[in-house]
Amino acid sequence: MPTVAFTSALQRFLPVPATQVAGATVHDALAVVFASRPALRSYILDDQGVLRRHVNVFVNGDLIHDRVRLTDPVRPDDEIYVFQALTGG
Amino acid sequence: MTDRLLVGTRKGLFEIVRRRGGWGVGETQFLGDPVTAVFARGTATYAALDLGHFGAKLWRRAGDGAWQELTAPAYPPKPEDASDDPHPWSLGRIWAIEPGGVAGRLWAGTMPGGLFRSEDDGDTWSLNAPLWHMPDRRKWMGVAGGEQPGISSVLVNPHNPADIRLGISTAGVWATMDTGESWSLINHGMYNEYMPPEQAGSPIAQDIHCLARCPAHPEIMWCQHHNGVFHSTDAGHTWHEVTTIQPSKFGFAVVAHPHDAGTAWFVPATKDERRVPVDGKVVVARTRDGGHSFDVLRDGLPQSHAYDLVWRHGLAVDDSGDRLAFGSTSGGLWISENGGDSWAALEARLPPIAAVRFAVM
Repeated sequence: MPTVAFTSALQRFLPVPATQVAGATVHDALAVVFASRPALRSYILDDQGVLRRHVNVFVNGDLIHDRVRLTDPVRPDDEIYVFQALTGG
Repeated sequence: MTDRLLVGTRKGLFEIVRRRGGWGVGETQFLGDPVTAVFARGTATYAALDLGHFGAKLWRRAGDGAWQELTAPAYPPKPEDASDDPHPWSLGRIWAIEPGGVAGRLWAGTMPGGLFRSEDDGDTWSLNAPLWHMPDRRKWMGVAGGEQPGISSVLVNPHNPADIRLGISTAGVWATMDTGESWSLINHGMYNEYMPPEQAGSPIAQDIHCLARCPAHPEIMWCQHHNGVFHSTDAGHTWHEVTTIQPSKFGFAVVAHPHDAGTAWFVPATKDERRVPVDGKVVVARTRDGGHSFDVLRDGLPQSHAYDLVWRHGLAVDDSGDRLAFGSTSGGLWISENGGDSWAALEARLPPIAAVRFAVM
Protein backbone atom coordinates (compact mmCIF):
# COMPACT_ATOMS: atom_id res chain seq x y z
CA MET A 1 0.00 0.00 0.00
CA PRO A 2 1.19 3.55 -0.66
CA THR A 3 2.68 5.48 2.23
CA VAL A 4 1.38 8.98 3.05
CA ALA A 5 3.67 11.29 5.03
CA PHE A 6 3.08 14.88 6.11
CA THR A 7 5.28 17.90 6.70
CA SER A 8 6.43 18.29 10.26
CA ALA A 9 4.95 21.82 10.14
CA LEU A 10 1.55 20.19 10.53
CA GLN A 11 2.53 18.36 13.69
CA ARG A 12 2.19 21.60 15.61
CA PHE A 13 -1.54 21.61 14.95
CA LEU A 14 -2.51 17.95 15.01
CA PRO A 15 -0.78 14.55 15.05
CA VAL A 16 -0.15 13.22 11.55
CA PRO A 17 2.09 10.15 11.59
CA ALA A 18 3.05 8.55 8.29
CA THR A 19 0.59 5.83 7.41
CA GLN A 20 0.10 3.14 4.79
CA VAL A 21 -3.28 3.31 3.12
CA ALA A 22 -5.06 1.67 0.20
CA GLY A 23 -5.69 3.80 -2.88
CA ALA A 24 -4.99 3.96 -6.59
CA THR A 25 -4.84 7.77 -6.79
CA VAL A 26 -3.63 10.57 -4.55
CA HIS A 27 -7.27 11.49 -3.95
CA ASP A 28 -8.21 7.99 -2.84
CA ALA A 29 -5.17 7.61 -0.59
CA LEU A 30 -5.77 10.95 1.11
CA ALA A 31 -9.47 10.13 1.48
CA VAL A 32 -8.55 7.10 3.56
CA VAL A 33 -6.34 9.25 5.80
CA PHE A 34 -9.06 11.90 6.18
CA ALA A 35 -11.62 9.24 7.08
CA SER A 36 -9.62 8.39 10.17
CA ARG A 37 -8.52 12.00 10.83
CA PRO A 38 -11.37 14.28 9.74
CA ALA A 39 -9.82 17.44 11.18
CA LEU A 40 -6.81 17.05 8.88
CA ARG A 41 -8.82 17.49 5.67
CA SER A 42 -9.27 21.25 5.94
CA TYR A 43 -5.54 21.73 6.48
CA ILE A 44 -4.75 20.12 3.13
CA LEU A 45 -7.79 20.85 0.95
CA ASP A 46 -9.99 23.92 0.63
CA ASP A 47 -13.79 23.88 0.95
CA GLN A 48 -14.13 22.64 -2.64
CA GLY A 49 -11.74 19.74 -2.12
CA VAL A 50 -8.96 21.42 -4.09
CA LEU A 51 -5.39 21.25 -2.84
CA ARG A 52 -4.65 24.43 -0.88
CA ARG A 53 -2.65 26.99 -2.79
CA HIS A 54 0.33 26.78 -0.47
CA VAL A 55 0.34 23.04 -0.01
CA ASN A 56 2.25 20.74 -2.36
CA VAL A 57 1.90 17.01 -2.83
CA PHE A 58 4.74 14.90 -4.20
CA VAL A 59 4.65 11.28 -5.33
CA ASN A 60 8.11 9.74 -5.05
CA GLY A 61 9.55 13.24 -5.16
CA ASP A 62 7.60 14.52 -8.16
CA LEU A 63 4.95 17.22 -7.84
CA ILE A 64 1.52 15.96 -8.72
CA HIS A 65 -0.12 17.34 -11.87
CA ASP A 66 -3.79 17.47 -10.88
CA ARG A 67 -4.18 19.83 -7.91
CA VAL A 68 -7.94 20.06 -8.40
CA ARG A 69 -9.13 16.48 -8.42
CA LEU A 70 -5.91 14.77 -7.27
CA THR A 71 -6.22 12.07 -9.91
CA ASP A 72 -2.47 11.35 -10.15
CA PRO A 73 -2.09 7.56 -9.92
CA VAL A 74 -0.14 5.85 -7.16
CA ARG A 75 1.26 2.33 -7.01
CA PRO A 76 1.44 0.16 -3.90
CA ASP A 77 5.08 0.97 -3.19
CA ASP A 78 4.80 4.72 -3.83
CA GLU A 79 5.42 7.38 -1.23
CA ILE A 80 3.12 10.41 -1.08
CA TYR A 81 4.53 13.46 0.67
CA VAL A 82 2.38 16.42 1.72
CA PHE A 83 4.45 19.58 2.22
CA GLN A 84 3.83 23.26 2.62
CA ALA A 85 5.05 25.61 -0.08
CA LEU A 86 7.54 28.14 1.23
CA THR A 87 5.94 31.55 1.74
CA GLY A 88 5.74 34.32 4.28
CA GLY A 89 8.08 35.53 6.97
CA MET B 1 -15.95 46.99 33.89
CA THR B 2 -13.91 44.23 32.34
CA ASP B 3 -10.48 43.24 33.61
CA ARG B 4 -9.62 41.01 30.67
CA LEU B 5 -8.61 42.07 27.20
CA LEU B 6 -7.98 39.79 24.22
CA VAL B 7 -5.39 40.84 21.65
CA GLY B 8 -5.13 38.96 18.38
CA THR B 9 -1.84 39.52 16.60
CA ARG B 10 0.16 38.42 13.59
CA LYS B 11 1.96 36.01 15.90
CA GLY B 12 -0.55 34.77 18.42
CA LEU B 13 -3.24 35.56 20.98
CA PHE B 14 -2.35 37.53 24.07
CA GLU B 15 -4.61 37.95 27.07
CA ILE B 16 -4.04 41.24 28.83
CA VAL B 17 -5.30 41.25 32.41
CA ARG B 18 -5.71 43.96 34.99
CA ARG B 19 -3.92 43.28 38.24
CA ARG B 20 -3.26 45.42 41.26
CA GLY B 21 -0.25 47.03 39.64
CA GLY B 22 -1.97 47.70 36.33
CA TRP B 23 -2.44 45.87 33.05
CA GLY B 24 -0.03 43.12 32.03
CA VAL B 25 0.30 40.18 29.69
CA GLY B 26 -1.39 37.05 30.98
CA GLU B 27 -1.82 33.86 29.02
CA THR B 28 -0.36 33.52 25.52
CA GLN B 29 -1.78 31.12 22.94
CA PHE B 30 -1.10 30.18 19.31
CA LEU B 31 2.33 31.82 19.44
CA GLY B 32 3.55 32.25 15.89
CA ASP B 33 0.14 31.98 14.22
CA PRO B 34 -1.92 34.92 12.87
CA VAL B 35 -5.08 35.55 14.91
CA THR B 36 -7.72 37.38 12.86
CA ALA B 37 -10.70 37.62 15.23
CA VAL B 38 -11.33 37.17 18.94
CA PHE B 39 -14.40 37.00 21.13
CA ALA B 40 -14.99 36.04 24.76
CA ARG B 41 -18.35 35.61 26.43
CA GLY B 42 -18.83 34.18 29.89
CA THR B 43 -16.35 31.37 30.32
CA ALA B 44 -15.84 30.76 26.59
CA THR B 45 -13.11 32.38 24.50
CA TYR B 46 -12.93 32.16 20.71
CA ALA B 47 -9.97 32.76 18.42
CA ALA B 48 -9.93 32.65 14.63
CA LEU B 49 -6.60 31.79 13.04
CA ASP B 50 -5.32 32.28 9.53
CA LEU B 51 -2.63 29.66 9.13
CA GLY B 52 -1.76 30.71 5.62
CA HIS B 53 -0.63 27.41 4.16
CA PHE B 54 -3.23 25.42 6.02
CA GLY B 55 -6.24 27.73 5.95
CA ALA B 56 -8.48 29.54 8.40
CA LYS B 57 -9.28 27.78 11.67
CA LEU B 58 -11.51 28.38 14.66
CA TRP B 59 -10.65 27.50 18.24
CA ARG B 60 -12.58 27.76 21.48
CA ARG B 61 -11.53 27.56 25.08
CA ALA B 62 -14.20 26.38 27.43
CA GLY B 63 -14.33 27.23 31.10
CA ASP B 64 -11.94 24.44 32.05
CA GLY B 65 -9.07 26.14 30.23
CA ALA B 66 -8.63 23.60 27.43
CA TRP B 67 -8.46 24.97 23.88
CA GLN B 68 -10.32 22.90 21.30
CA GLU B 69 -10.32 23.24 17.53
CA LEU B 70 -13.86 23.60 16.19
CA THR B 71 -15.01 22.76 12.70
CA ALA B 72 -14.58 26.10 10.99
CA PRO B 73 -17.32 27.57 8.80
CA ALA B 74 -17.15 25.98 5.35
CA TYR B 75 -18.65 27.01 2.02
CA PRO B 76 -20.95 24.58 0.20
CA PRO B 77 -19.97 22.85 -3.05
CA LYS B 78 -19.78 25.36 -5.89
CA PRO B 79 -22.48 24.56 -8.43
CA GLU B 80 -21.79 24.34 -12.14
CA ASP B 81 -23.82 27.45 -12.89
CA ALA B 82 -21.66 29.56 -10.59
CA SER B 83 -18.65 29.43 -12.87
CA ASP B 84 -18.90 33.17 -13.47
CA ASP B 85 -18.55 33.93 -9.76
CA PRO B 86 -15.33 35.93 -9.40
CA HIS B 87 -14.95 34.95 -5.75
CA PRO B 88 -13.86 31.58 -4.37
CA TRP B 89 -16.29 29.32 -2.56
CA SER B 90 -13.85 28.55 0.19
CA LEU B 91 -13.14 30.09 3.57
CA GLY B 92 -10.39 32.67 3.27
CA ARG B 93 -10.48 34.36 6.67
CA ILE B 94 -12.76 34.64 9.68
CA TRP B 95 -12.91 38.40 10.20
CA ALA B 96 -15.61 38.83 12.83
CA ILE B 97 -17.14 36.66 15.53
CA GLU B 98 -20.21 38.24 17.13
CA PRO B 99 -22.88 37.18 19.62
CA GLY B 100 -26.33 36.68 18.16
CA GLY B 101 -28.40 37.92 21.09
CA VAL B 102 -29.86 34.44 21.65
CA ALA B 103 -28.38 31.68 23.81
CA GLY B 104 -25.88 29.69 21.76
CA ARG B 105 -26.06 31.91 18.68
CA LEU B 106 -22.95 33.33 17.04
CA TRP B 107 -22.38 35.04 13.71
CA ALA B 108 -19.12 34.86 11.78
CA GLY B 109 -18.23 37.37 9.08
CA THR B 110 -15.71 35.98 6.63
CA MET B 111 -13.75 36.45 3.47
CA PRO B 112 -14.72 35.90 0.66
CA GLY B 113 -17.98 37.46 1.86
CA GLY B 114 -20.02 34.70 3.45
CA LEU B 115 -21.93 35.20 6.68
CA PHE B 116 -22.16 32.12 8.88
CA ARG B 117 -24.47 31.35 11.80
CA SER B 118 -24.09 28.96 14.69
CA GLU B 119 -26.83 28.02 17.14
CA ASP B 120 -24.62 25.83 19.32
CA ASP B 121 -21.84 28.11 20.54
CA GLY B 122 -19.73 27.48 17.46
CA ASP B 123 -19.82 23.69 17.28
CA THR B 124 -21.48 23.83 13.86
CA TRP B 125 -21.95 26.60 11.29
CA SER B 126 -24.20 27.20 8.32
CA LEU B 127 -23.77 29.70 5.50
CA ASN B 128 -26.43 32.39 5.22
CA ALA B 129 -27.75 31.45 1.79
CA PRO B 130 -29.92 34.53 1.03
CA LEU B 131 -26.90 36.85 1.21
CA TRP B 132 -24.47 34.51 -0.51
CA HIS B 133 -26.80 33.73 -3.41
CA MET B 134 -27.70 37.34 -4.10
CA PRO B 135 -26.74 38.01 -7.75
CA ASP B 136 -25.23 41.39 -6.85
CA ARG B 137 -22.61 39.62 -4.72
CA ARG B 138 -20.61 39.11 -7.91
CA LYS B 139 -20.08 42.91 -7.93
CA TRP B 140 -18.47 42.91 -4.50
CA MET B 141 -14.81 43.87 -4.59
CA GLY B 142 -11.78 42.62 -2.73
CA VAL B 143 -9.99 44.60 -0.05
CA ALA B 144 -6.36 45.40 0.60
CA GLY B 145 -4.58 42.64 2.45
CA GLY B 146 -6.74 40.08 0.72
CA GLU B 147 -8.06 39.75 -2.77
CA GLN B 148 -11.50 38.82 -1.50
CA PRO B 149 -14.44 40.83 -0.18
CA GLY B 150 -14.90 40.51 3.55
CA ILE B 151 -17.58 41.03 6.18
CA SER B 152 -15.78 43.01 8.84
CA SER B 153 -18.71 44.16 10.97
CA VAL B 154 -21.75 42.19 12.21
CA LEU B 155 -23.91 44.31 14.50
CA VAL B 156 -26.92 42.76 16.20
CA ASN B 157 -29.54 44.96 17.83
CA PRO B 158 -29.41 43.95 21.51
CA HIS B 159 -33.15 44.56 21.77
CA ASN B 160 -34.06 42.57 18.66
CA PRO B 161 -31.76 39.76 17.50
CA ALA B 162 -33.48 39.63 14.10
CA ASP B 163 -32.20 43.16 13.34
CA ILE B 164 -28.63 42.97 12.03
CA ARG B 165 -26.32 45.29 10.10
CA LEU B 166 -23.27 44.16 8.14
CA GLY B 167 -20.31 46.23 7.06
CA ILE B 168 -18.57 44.79 4.01
CA SER B 169 -15.34 45.75 2.31
CA THR B 170 -16.20 46.42 -0.41
CA ALA B 171 -19.94 46.12 -0.71
CA GLY B 172 -21.54 48.71 1.56
CA VAL B 173 -23.87 48.35 4.54
CA TRP B 174 -26.43 45.56 4.51
CA ALA B 175 -29.49 45.12 6.72
CA THR B 176 -31.80 42.34 7.72
CA MET B 177 -34.83 42.55 9.99
CA ASP B 178 -35.62 38.82 9.82
CA THR B 179 -32.42 37.16 11.07
CA GLY B 180 -30.93 36.95 7.61
CA GLU B 181 -33.89 35.58 5.64
CA SER B 182 -33.72 38.68 3.46
CA TRP B 183 -31.20 41.48 3.02
CA SER B 184 -31.16 44.99 1.66
CA LEU B 185 -28.37 47.43 0.85
CA ILE B 186 -29.07 50.55 2.85
CA ASN B 187 -26.15 52.97 2.76
CA HIS B 188 -27.92 55.99 1.29
CA GLY B 189 -25.82 59.13 1.62
CA MET B 190 -22.39 57.56 1.47
CA TYR B 191 -20.08 58.41 -1.37
CA ASN B 192 -16.56 57.53 -2.34
CA GLU B 193 -13.73 59.32 -4.03
CA TYR B 194 -11.88 56.27 -5.21
CA MET B 195 -14.26 55.18 -7.95
CA PRO B 196 -15.12 56.77 -11.28
CA PRO B 197 -17.52 59.74 -10.73
CA GLU B 198 -20.56 57.90 -12.00
CA GLN B 199 -19.91 55.20 -9.40
CA ALA B 200 -19.27 57.53 -6.44
CA GLY B 201 -22.71 57.14 -4.95
CA SER B 202 -23.17 53.51 -5.90
CA PRO B 203 -24.26 51.77 -2.69
CA ILE B 204 -22.41 48.57 -3.49
CA ALA B 205 -19.12 50.38 -4.15
CA GLN B 206 -18.77 51.76 -0.60
CA ASP B 207 -15.71 50.50 1.27
CA ILE B 208 -16.89 50.10 4.85
CA HIS B 209 -13.74 49.90 6.94
CA CYS B 210 -15.69 49.47 10.16
CA LEU B 211 -19.21 49.95 11.52
CA ALA B 212 -20.26 50.67 15.09
CA ARG B 213 -23.71 50.68 16.67
CA CYS B 214 -24.65 52.06 20.06
CA PRO B 215 -25.99 49.08 22.04
CA ALA B 216 -28.37 51.19 24.13
CA HIS B 217 -29.56 53.18 21.11
CA PRO B 218 -29.19 50.82 18.15
CA GLU B 219 -30.59 53.37 15.73
CA ILE B 220 -27.31 55.26 16.20
CA MET B 221 -24.56 54.01 13.91
CA TRP B 222 -21.10 55.19 12.93
CA CYS B 223 -18.98 54.25 9.96
CA GLN B 224 -15.29 54.66 9.36
CA HIS B 225 -15.41 54.56 5.60
CA HIS B 226 -12.36 54.44 3.34
CA ASN B 227 -13.26 57.95 2.37
CA GLY B 228 -14.24 59.50 5.68
CA VAL B 229 -16.59 59.24 8.63
CA PHE B 230 -20.35 58.85 8.36
CA HIS B 231 -23.11 58.94 11.00
CA SER B 232 -26.63 57.54 10.95
CA THR B 233 -29.52 58.10 13.33
CA ASP B 234 -31.91 55.70 11.60
CA ALA B 235 -30.03 52.41 11.95
CA GLY B 236 -28.01 52.87 8.80
CA HIS B 237 -30.72 53.70 6.28
CA THR B 238 -29.37 57.19 5.70
CA TRP B 239 -25.89 58.51 6.42
CA HIS B 240 -24.44 61.98 6.88
CA GLU B 241 -20.79 62.74 6.44
CA VAL B 242 -18.98 63.93 9.56
CA THR B 243 -16.48 66.56 8.48
CA THR B 244 -15.46 67.86 11.90
CA ILE B 245 -13.16 64.97 12.80
CA GLN B 246 -9.54 65.88 13.46
CA PRO B 247 -6.71 65.48 12.59
CA SER B 248 -7.90 63.55 9.51
CA LYS B 249 -10.93 61.72 8.23
CA PHE B 250 -9.13 58.55 7.13
CA GLY B 251 -8.80 55.55 9.38
CA PHE B 252 -10.03 52.05 9.97
CA ALA B 253 -11.45 51.71 13.48
CA VAL B 254 -14.52 53.08 15.24
CA VAL B 255 -16.33 52.11 18.43
CA ALA B 256 -19.57 53.49 19.86
CA HIS B 257 -20.23 54.20 23.51
CA PRO B 258 -22.34 51.40 25.02
CA HIS B 259 -24.89 53.81 26.54
CA ASP B 260 -24.31 57.37 25.33
CA ALA B 261 -25.77 57.92 21.87
CA GLY B 262 -23.55 60.93 21.20
CA THR B 263 -20.18 59.36 21.94
CA ALA B 264 -17.85 57.45 19.62
CA TRP B 265 -14.09 57.05 19.19
CA PHE B 266 -11.90 56.86 16.08
CA VAL B 267 -8.16 56.53 15.39
CA PRO B 268 -7.40 58.80 12.42
CA ALA B 269 -4.45 58.37 10.09
CA THR B 270 -3.06 60.03 7.01
CA LYS B 271 -5.05 58.94 4.04
CA ASP B 272 -4.62 56.88 2.13
CA GLU B 273 -1.45 56.27 0.29
CA ARG B 274 0.69 56.51 3.41
CA ARG B 275 -1.49 55.18 6.22
CA VAL B 276 0.51 56.44 9.17
CA PRO B 277 -0.51 58.78 12.01
CA VAL B 278 -0.68 62.45 11.04
CA ASP B 279 2.72 64.06 11.75
CA GLY B 280 3.89 60.86 13.48
CA LYS B 281 1.61 61.50 16.47
CA VAL B 282 -0.75 58.77 17.68
CA VAL B 283 -4.11 60.25 18.69
CA VAL B 284 -7.68 59.16 19.29
CA ALA B 285 -10.58 61.33 18.10
CA ARG B 286 -13.64 61.36 20.35
CA THR B 287 -16.98 62.97 19.79
CA ARG B 288 -19.49 63.37 22.61
CA ASP B 289 -22.10 65.32 20.68
CA GLY B 290 -23.01 63.09 17.79
CA GLY B 291 -20.17 64.21 15.55
CA HIS B 292 -20.66 67.96 15.78
CA SER B 293 -17.25 68.34 17.43
CA PHE B 294 -14.28 66.19 18.36
CA ASP B 295 -11.67 66.05 21.10
CA VAL B 296 -8.23 64.96 19.93
CA LEU B 297 -6.92 62.76 22.75
CA ARG B 298 -3.16 62.37 23.08
CA ASP B 299 -2.33 62.21 26.81
CA GLY B 300 -0.09 59.15 27.25
CA LEU B 301 0.17 58.42 23.53
CA PRO B 302 3.43 58.70 21.54
CA GLN B 303 3.77 62.14 19.98
CA SER B 304 7.02 61.87 18.07
CA HIS B 305 8.00 59.60 15.19
CA ALA B 306 5.24 57.11 15.88
CA TYR B 307 4.07 55.18 12.83
CA ASP B 308 1.44 52.98 14.43
CA LEU B 309 -1.56 52.21 12.28
CA VAL B 310 -4.70 50.80 13.92
CA TRP B 311 -6.67 48.28 11.90
CA ARG B 312 -10.45 48.06 11.87
CA HIS B 313 -10.71 45.65 14.81
CA GLY B 314 -7.86 47.22 16.73
CA LEU B 315 -9.95 49.57 18.93
CA ALA B 316 -12.27 48.38 21.71
CA VAL B 317 -14.50 49.79 24.42
CA ASP B 318 -15.86 47.83 27.36
CA ASP B 319 -19.45 47.71 28.57
CA SER B 320 -18.94 50.65 30.95
CA GLY B 321 -17.77 53.04 28.26
CA ASP B 322 -14.87 54.11 30.46
CA ARG B 323 -12.28 51.52 29.48
CA LEU B 324 -10.87 51.58 26.01
CA ALA B 325 -7.91 49.90 24.37
CA PHE B 326 -6.28 49.98 20.99
CA GLY B 327 -3.40 48.14 19.37
CA SER B 328 -1.28 48.98 16.36
CA THR B 329 0.54 47.45 13.46
CA SER B 330 3.76 48.23 15.32
CA GLY B 331 2.65 46.17 18.30
CA GLY B 332 1.82 49.09 20.57
CA LEU B 333 -1.11 48.67 22.93
CA TRP B 334 -2.65 51.51 24.94
CA ILE B 335 -5.39 51.34 27.55
CA SER B 336 -7.55 54.11 28.97
CA GLU B 337 -9.65 53.93 32.10
CA ASN B 338 -11.33 57.33 31.68
CA GLY B 339 -13.00 57.30 28.30
CA GLY B 340 -9.83 58.19 26.45
CA ASP B 341 -8.83 61.28 28.44
CA SER B 342 -5.51 59.59 29.24
CA TRP B 343 -3.80 56.42 28.12
CA ALA B 344 -1.18 54.02 29.47
CA ALA B 345 1.05 51.93 27.23
CA LEU B 346 1.31 48.22 27.91
CA GLU B 347 4.80 47.20 28.94
CA ALA B 348 5.34 44.86 26.03
CA ARG B 349 6.36 44.85 22.40
CA LEU B 350 3.67 42.71 20.84
CA PRO B 351 3.54 41.45 17.25
CA PRO B 352 1.45 43.50 14.78
CA ILE B 353 -2.06 43.72 16.24
CA ALA B 354 -5.17 42.83 14.24
CA ALA B 355 -7.89 42.62 16.87
CA VAL B 356 -8.45 44.02 20.37
CA ARG B 357 -11.51 43.12 22.41
CA PHE B 358 -12.67 43.22 25.99
CA ALA B 359 -14.15 39.99 27.35
CA VAL B 360 -17.89 40.10 27.95
CA MET B 361 -19.08 38.79 31.29
